[in-house]
Amino acid sequence: MAASPAYGEEKGGSSSLGEPEYGHDPASGGIFSSDYKRHDDLKEMLDSNKDSLKLEAMKRIVAMIARGKNASDLFPAVVKNVACKNIEVKKLVYVYLVRYAEEQQDLALLSISTFQRGLKDPNQLIRASALRVLSSIRVPIIVPIMMLAIKEAASDMSPYVRKTAAHAIPKLYSLDSDQKDQLIEVIEKLLADKTTLVAGSVVMAFEEVCPERIDLIHKNYRKLCNLLIDVEEWGQVVIINMLTRYARTQFLSPNQNESLLEENTEKAFYGSEEEDGKDAKAEAAMLAKCKPYVMDPDHRLLLRNTKPLLQSRNAAVVMAVAQLYFHLAPKAEVGVIAKALVRLLRSHSEVQYVVLQNVATMSIKRRGMFEPYLKSFYIRSTDPTQIKILKLEVLTNLANETNISTILREFQTYIRSMDKDFVAATIQAIGRCATNIGKVRDTCLNGLVQLLSNRDELVVAESVVVIKKLLQMQPAQHSEIIKHMAKLTDNIQVPMARASILWLIGEYCEHVPKIAPDVLRKMAKSFTNEEDIVKLQVINLAAKLYLTNSKQSKLLTQYVLNLAKYDQNYDIRDRARFIRQLIVPTEKSGALNKYAKKLFLAQKPAPILESSFKDRDHFQLGSLSHLLNAKAVGYQELPDWPDEAPDPSVRNVEVSLSNAHISQVPEWTKCTSREKRKEKVEKPFYSDSEGESGPTESADSEPESGSEENGSSSSSGSSSSGTEEDEEEEEDSGEQSEDKEEEEVEKRPKRKDKEGSHKAVLGSAGRYALGSSPCCLLVQLLSPAFSAVKTYELLHRMAGEGLAVEYCFSRRPFPGDPHMVAVQIQISNNTDTEVKNLRVNEPKPLSGMRIQEFPEIEHLAPGDTASVVMGIDFCDSTQAANFQLCTHTRQFYVSIQPPVGELMAPVFMSENEFKKEQGKLMGMSEITEKLMLSEKCQSDHTIVQQLTSAANVGRVPCGASNEYRFAAKTVTSGSLVLITLERREGSTAQLTINSEKMVIGTMLVKDIIQALAQ
Amino acid sequence: MIHSLFLINCSGDIFLEKHWKSVVSQSVCDYFFEAQEKAIDVENVPPVISTPHHYLISIYRDKIFFVSVIQTEVPPLFVIEFLHRVADTFQDYFGECSETAIKDNVVIVYELLEEMLDNGFPLATESNILKELIKPPTILRSVVNSITGSSNVGDTLPTGQLSNIPWRRAGVKYTNNEAYFDVIEEIDAIIDKSGSTVFAEIQGVIDSCIKLSGMPDLSLSFMNPRLLDDVSFHPCIRFKRWESERVLSFIPPDGNFRLISYRVSSQNLVAIPVYVKHMISFKENTSSGRFDVTIGPKQNMGKTVEGVVMTVHMPKAVLNMNLTATQGSYTFDPVTKVLTWDVGKITPQKLPNLKGMVNLQSGAPKPEENPSLNIQFKIQQLAISGLKVNRLDMYGEKYKPFKGVKYITKAGKFQVRT
Repeated sequence: MAASPAYGEEKGGSSSLGEPEYGHDPASGGIFSSDYKRHDDLKEMLDSNKDSLKLEAMKRIVAMIARGKNASDLFPAVVKNVACKNIEVKKLVYVYLVRYAEEQQDLALLSISTFQRGLKDPNQLIRASALRVLSSIRVPIIVPIMMLAIKEAASDMSPYVRKTAAHAIPKLYSLDSDQKDQLIEVIEKLLADKTTLVAGSVVMAFEEVCPERIDLIHKNYRKLCNLLIDVEEWGQVVIINMLTRYARTQFLSPNQNESLLEENTEKAFYGSEEEDGKDAKAEAAMLAKCKPYVMDPDHRLLLRNTKPLLQSRNAAVVMAVAQLYFHLAPKAEVGVIAKALVRLLRSHSEVQYVVLQNVATMSIKRRGMFEPYLKSFYIRSTDPTQIKILKLEVLTNLANETNISTILREFQTYIRSMDKDFVAATIQAIGRCATNIGKVRDTCLNGLVQLLSNRDELVVAESVVVIKKLLQMQPAQHSEIIKHMAKLTDNIQVPMARASILWLIGEYCEHVPKIAPDVLRKMAKSFTNEEDIVKLQVINLAAKLYLTNSKQSKLLTQYVLNLAKYDQNYDIRDRARFIRQLIVPTEKSGALNKYAKKLFLAQKPAPILESSFKDRDHFQLGSLSHLLNAKAVGYQELPDWPDEAPDPSVRNVEVSLSNAHISQVPEWTKCTSREKRKEKVEKPFYSDSEGESGPTESADSEPESGSEENGSSSSSGSSSSGTEEDEEEEEDSGEQSEDKEEEEVEKRPKRKDKEGSHKAVLGSAGRYALGSSPCCLLVQLLSPAFSAVKTYELLHRMAGEGLAVEYCFSRRPFPGDPHMVAVQIQISNNTDTEVKNLRVNEPKPLSGMRIQEFPEIEHLAPGDTASVVMGIDFCDSTQAANFQLCTHTRQFYVSIQPPVGELMAPVFMSENEFKKEQGKLMGMSEITEKLMLSEKCQSDHTIVQQLTSAANVGRVPCGASNEYRFAAKTVTSGSLVLITLERREGSTAQLTINSEKMVIGTMLVKDIIQALAQ
Repeated sequence: MIHSLFLINCSGDIFLEKHWKSVVSQSVCDYFFEAQEKAIDVENVPPVISTPHHYLISIYRDKIFFVSVIQTEVPPLFVIEFLHRVADTFQDYFGECSETAIKDNVVIVYELLEEMLDNGFPLATESNILKELIKPPTILRSVVNSITGSSNVGDTLPTGQLSNIPWRRAGVKYTNNEAYFDVIEEIDAIIDKSGSTVFAEIQGVIDSCIKLSGMPDLSLSFMNPRLLDDVSFHPCIRFKRWESERVLSFIPPDGNFRLISYRVSSQNLVAIPVYVKHMISFKENTSSGRFDVTIGPKQNMGKTVEGVVMTVHMPKAVLNMNLTATQGSYTFDPVTKVLTWDVGKITPQKLPNLKGMVNLQSGAPKPEENPSLNIQFKIQQLAISGLKVNRLDMYGEKYKPFKGVKYITKAGKFQVRT
């Protein structure tokens, strides 16, 4: 089978496709006959009834294809077997078909009906494979059929078929780009898909078909961010790259006015605290002018959800996240990627090559990021040269005043390497270090001068070139070196080095007045044998000497110019002619002659030695274009940050109430701590949460962390100790808020795409954690926080046969789980016997709700009253929690229905924060209602009291006297609820509630109006 | 994305080609051959080559070039990572990723490539899924196949592709349920002339061999998880559990896989288990030199250092070497100028030494630099960082598995400059 001699002939480069098929032995003559003969026997096998013969034939054909040989004449025989029962034969026929259908379009059409039948198959995998092959056949006639098939598959039940449909989109697009509009419709539909299986493939299709239609992403942005971690690794890369571009168009630069921001928040804080009206006004005016940067919560969401992927085993994913952070994250946060990138340096050398290219670009902009990993870039003698040179580049970029001595010591070892290309690069690197860091310039120069006596000519030549550049910076002090180099002209042969020396001597001929003419003499002697660049420099040297020291060098110069006049190279002839006119005064020579000296011996700026990676970051990092430093076909430009943030509400997803129904899926992927884990196992989520319960605030706007930050800055303001401390503190608080956010992510459900059987699998996976008994928390008695706390009846004395149970909402955070509402239960025994074993039994929470029972009460003596606390997670809904209350003899069915006002906990925020948050919750999430205040409610005090008793909210300071502001967060999801009450003339007032939980908002409005109108 | 793939052997023969879109002519590889000629050795062939109409992204694995043809912008690492995954899959299927293995199994290779990419975009790269689709060849099966005419292609449909746990195949059954973990740590170090450490760090991996029935849910905890500074995970690991509790919790793939790879935080001082005394000098006029190297154990926590091998790339001027080894054997290849000394086990009583004369090319200038020594060694039953597995728990299945953990320390890129 292996006709390996044929390779040699094919290697010439021409395609092997057109070549005739050789038999086993081409020398046996009759090429064509043997060719036909062999294919005849294959045809015979394909026509037989036996599957094994067909299989054998197909295997041989595929082997031919694999070796790049032409098997197209077998097409009719093969295509007949497309409906073969044997699955392997069928697969191999598919392979053949996809390879040759393009060349034999008419015959390929014969197979189409088989696939069309396959598309209707009840088995999803057969449907998928039919679509896959159908779409891979590049036959333009079937475009309409493909389009239809894709459209149908895009709404298939099975996510796997939908994934295949997504794959088919770019195939069809490349076949017929006129279908674009229709395909975009399909893409739009598939983008809305909620399964991880589809996400990667459809984004891929999006990138190939319509990368400019960024508007299609808006509605799916949050979903994509949330799904990201569960998408397969290749999809992750594509999604991350696309989201990087998206974020660049939709969010503001996090680094635009960092300094301004810090200043402003501090001032704003003081302003609101002191309630100094005048000051506040001025402040507000200033703030309005240059509003402080607040990171869009969606921007934060992206950064947060991609960060764990730095831990991926797939280098491409790590690189994708790294470039995302580099292009999108605030300066302070970019550092996290360094560690992961350094890890990739342990990988295959190709991976190292690409990663180092990117690190080189990053290290120019963000040197500090890689400084801790300096030693990871040290070079081993076994590294391939291309890796060595890239590492050298990075080391040079990282060099600064503090580490330069270690780096130079390292370089010293490299200079003695056997790899001469690498040594040359090292010398260049030393030169760059010397120009960038003035401190070590002399050391470097001395080192390089020592290299001039190196045995290897390449090393010497490279040193000369670098020294030349260095000397230009401070020539006066280094005439010794110039003299030394002048001597080298006798030995050194590398043209570039010779040219450099000559230029140096010419330029600084005043420093070496005695040597310069002598060098010119020598050069004049060997002029005809020199390389062109050397000749040009000889002419230069001659001209300069003529101008400064014409007495000694006049004749020599004439001689050189005469030689040059008849040189073969016209550049040299031109130069000679030009210079002669310029320097030798004749009658014809004009005014320029006078300025000849100024022209030649003008002060020349020292060259700047720059990294070749400078400014490469205008290409998206990690891209092919960045690597090649040229725009590749199909490269999507990374846009600049917009000046004004586009409307963030485009990403909001409408929530229909039916969607808000609670479903229960055990969460199995994440838990914060052992304690929490136990409780969280049954953690519910809203099925719509990926859109609706998106992040509610950013790091900056989170109230607690905000105040912390303020606190720290104020403390540092009072202590004039130093700025370093200050920075550290701020960093700390930043981290804390980040932690919090991460917890929030955990709460958010991750795997939303469970379907049927997988649910069972996952269920069992999650169940083990349930094995441990729910821990009971012994809580001491809590007295009601407000006198106005309402108590509700849980079990009436009559119904409970003497056992009376009341409950109230204590408004204290429930210890152990911040997402539960604490319900204080007061049980009094009005019977005349002891009640034993009082406990909660068989809680039957609606899906998603969780109940933390109170510890069993062993005895309750007659006439006694016991008070216990239980926690209920109502999932931010006012649905009642049902459970049984058991004694040793009886059980009672009871239920607790929370008023909407109890589903939240107060948060404290400043006026500015309130306004900021309110600004984010406009439109859909704002509810306004007019009301009449009752007679009771006329004083400030009563209004506040009524309102706070109706809902568990915290008051927010407010400048205006007729306005009241309150803020709270829902207990389960932590969504903000902002309440504004504005008093108008008379007893009318206007109530505004801003919350993204619209249901809660509307109910709360009702409750508050009732409380105030009473 | 990936348009075509060519496999090229060291002598420049294209022995396999596969196209996922329209056919690209083999002549595109000429650009690759050109670049290969320009590079002095195979390692220096640039992984990315730009040609007028295409881009070539290639990797070099096991004496084979995998050259992929790209037409539009794509992250280069994406392609490189994928090509390595292809090579890994071949390795996994055929035991080795060599030209002969690929040629012998060309049909399976083709079927694999067909499943791994669809229209140039990766489709199924998890070995567990692929094995469900296409059964790896075994001697027994190939015999049976040739008699009965049955095939390598699985006749059951792959369910793994549809599941949320794509890395595990369904319906795994074993009579003996076993889970083995190999904690392998490698010391990367650069030791300078005077014997002081320029750079040292520990890189580790945990390779697992899991043969457990059903859907086991494992959690592996360490005595000292804080040691792990930077970790990368197999996708099966629940990241949040690690974040919060430093416990590796996962539903494992079936068979062999790399669970995590990690780096030990650089603050910890790395114990270097061996030291090397060396005396290498070249004399200018006599065109000869002396070579004297002794290796000794150091800080090996009572374990023996074994499998010691030293390789040295001698300068080009070296013609031959006449050495005597007190232990083990040495070879010197006069063509590649590589000296290899297979030492074996180090016993502290009698330190292995390699000593003798170096013959230089007469007339050639004496080498500027002494060659650096690359050392390999192995220490069984020791994780040099001190990492220890605490316990392994299994949930979700009833049976009691057999569990085993093995520690091993190796030299990674361990280089002594002389």
